[in-house]
Amino acid sequence: MPEQEATAQHGTPAQEIADFLHRRREQIAQRWADAALFRTVFTVSRDEAVEAGRAVVEALAAVAATHRIEDPEADGFIVVRDQLARTAAARSRAGFTANQISLEVDALRAPAEELLLADLSGRPAEQVRDRVTALTVLMGTLRLVVLETSLTAGQEIVERQRIQLLEAATPVIQLWKGVVAVPLIGTLDSARSQVVMETLLDTVVEQRARFAILDITGVPTVDSLVAQHLLKTVAAARLMGAECIISGIRPAIAQTIVHLGIDLSSVMTRASLSDALAYALRELGTDIVAHVPGGAESR
Amino acid sequence: MTAPFPAPYGGHVPVLRLGGVLLVTFQGDLHDSQAEQLQQDVSEAAADNRVSGVVLDLSGVELVDSFLGRVIGDIAAKTRLLAAETVVCGMRPAVAITLVELGLTLPGLRTALSTEDAMRLLGQGSVSPRPGRTRQESP
Amino acid sequence: MQTAGGVSARLPIHSDLDLVWVRQHVRQAAAQLGFGLVAQTKLVTAASELARNTLVHGGGGEMECAPVSRAGVPGLRLTFSDEGPGIPDLDRALSDGYTSGDGLGMGLGGARRLVHEFRIDSSPGTGTTVTVTSWSAKPPLPREEA
Repeated sequence: MPEQEATAQHGTPAQEIADFLHRRREQIAQRWADAALFRTVFTVSRDEAVEAGRAVVEALAAVAATHRIEDPEADGFIVVRDQLARTAAARSRAGFTANQISLEVDALRAPAEELLLADLSGRPAEQVRDRVTALTVLMGTLRLVVLETSLTAGQEIVERQRIQLLEAATPVIQLWKGVVAVPLIGTLDSARSQVVMETLLDTVVEQRARFAILDITGVPTVDSLVAQHLLKTVAAARLMGAECIISGIRPAIAQTIVHLGIDLSSVMTRASLSDALAYALRELGTDIVAHVPGGAESR
Repeated sequence: MTAPFPAPYGGHVPVLRLGGVLLVTFQGDLHDSQAEQLQQDVSEAAADNRVSGVVLDLSGVELVDSFLGRVIGDIAAKTRLLAAETVVCGMRPAVAITLVELGLTLPGLRTALSTEDAMRLLGQGSVSPRPGRTRQESP
Repeated sequence: MQTAGGVSARLPIHSDLDLVWVRQHVRQAAAQLGFGLVAQTKLVTAASELARNTLVHGGGGEMECAPVSRAGVPGLRLTFSDEGPGIPDLDRALSDGYTSGDGLGMGLGGARRLVHEFRIDSSPGTGTTVTVTSWSAKPPLPREEA
């Protein structure tokens, strides 16, 4: 068989690609340093980009040497995974989608292929085809590895932004000495309810607030999980020695709560934020009275 | 904290008498046996001294599990039998959230933000009527 | 605070002093993996319940603590094992209010609500193994949350 003969002379396609990558790592790294992926990420110096490119070429050579050119989990990738993740993260921070990053990785194939073809000149067409295919497969695997890391990096960014957003959307304000409130606006989900609970309770301690008002006037709907969170907040506040008042339960939400079979009877509720504040002030011994000439007594 | 494992802080629970009130300050991580001992000490002290109230200060506690929860509940129940009132104060938010998640809301237990508030609650709670009881927050 | 003791460990549970060790180790390991204060407290409390369970009902045993990671989110897995009499009726043991010893009957059921993943293997005569996992951030795979 001619193929076997060729293998005997030059090694398997994967082995040959490994040798090729190792032999030509300098040239490949030089070319890759000018490719968009490396050029735009390593902006400080070109040497850095070359260095990064070289690390990737060597990792690819290691993967090819173990004949696992189709395996994104191949050990050879471990050493560059971090670097690839950082590169991908830098690109996604610059606003690139995972797909665009993937295309940039794909653009690394051409320069390497050119060098490979040059090395293979004079070899039988079949051998050339097999080697080029092997390189293509390997580069495809690299693309997968980068895609995976960039998706993970993307998730982290999304998660971080989500948490920042949650915190920003949960301002706890002091209405009076000893009274804090969170006016909730927008949809409450389980994660946000959790943040609200923790933020509110922390503020209760910081401000030594005996009353904490959760105003849900701006909340369109409440599901059972969120209702449970509200109840837990009330219970936790009570354990800490504060009273939690829920204000602004709109009729539709009250209806839902009844339908869900959730018992709010143990919870102090008030129609509006101002009613809740009035209640808290009265409990604190601070009366609000209309100013009547000659009768300014309270305070 | 230099050793791989710091020696467990033996929980330390001083019981102080202030007028008619026992002030119990929990600190650190209590062994179960220490917690049980404490329970006994407090009920004995409450019986001996005809105290009117017990304040359990939990501000130094990082964790209340169902065991310690039970101890707190039992102290409250026992002192109530001796006609005294128990107030738990200073519970940290993380501890409170965890207790609620655990399913322990300790209903019927009186709570306060701080020892001052707890003392005030015990000193005045039964004397003056609810509305307008504290006019003192001075100008 | 950083390196004290590391995360992986195998701790014996044979006395109530050991429970203190367990709590302190889990607290420190969770902090090291970036758990927030509330998440730490929940996990340590669950560990305390489960370790006490191992001690009181299992006649002692051990806890294994290991770091885990899923989709880049670090977590902590705790395995409590004993060679005690086992639990004849798991469903009942997991329901609130059930107690065969001291406590408020919140042990197993309560611990389950405090962690992201909970698994229990037990049969009469072979002992009990409880494995719990919690993640430092939102659990990577959507699960109904307590």
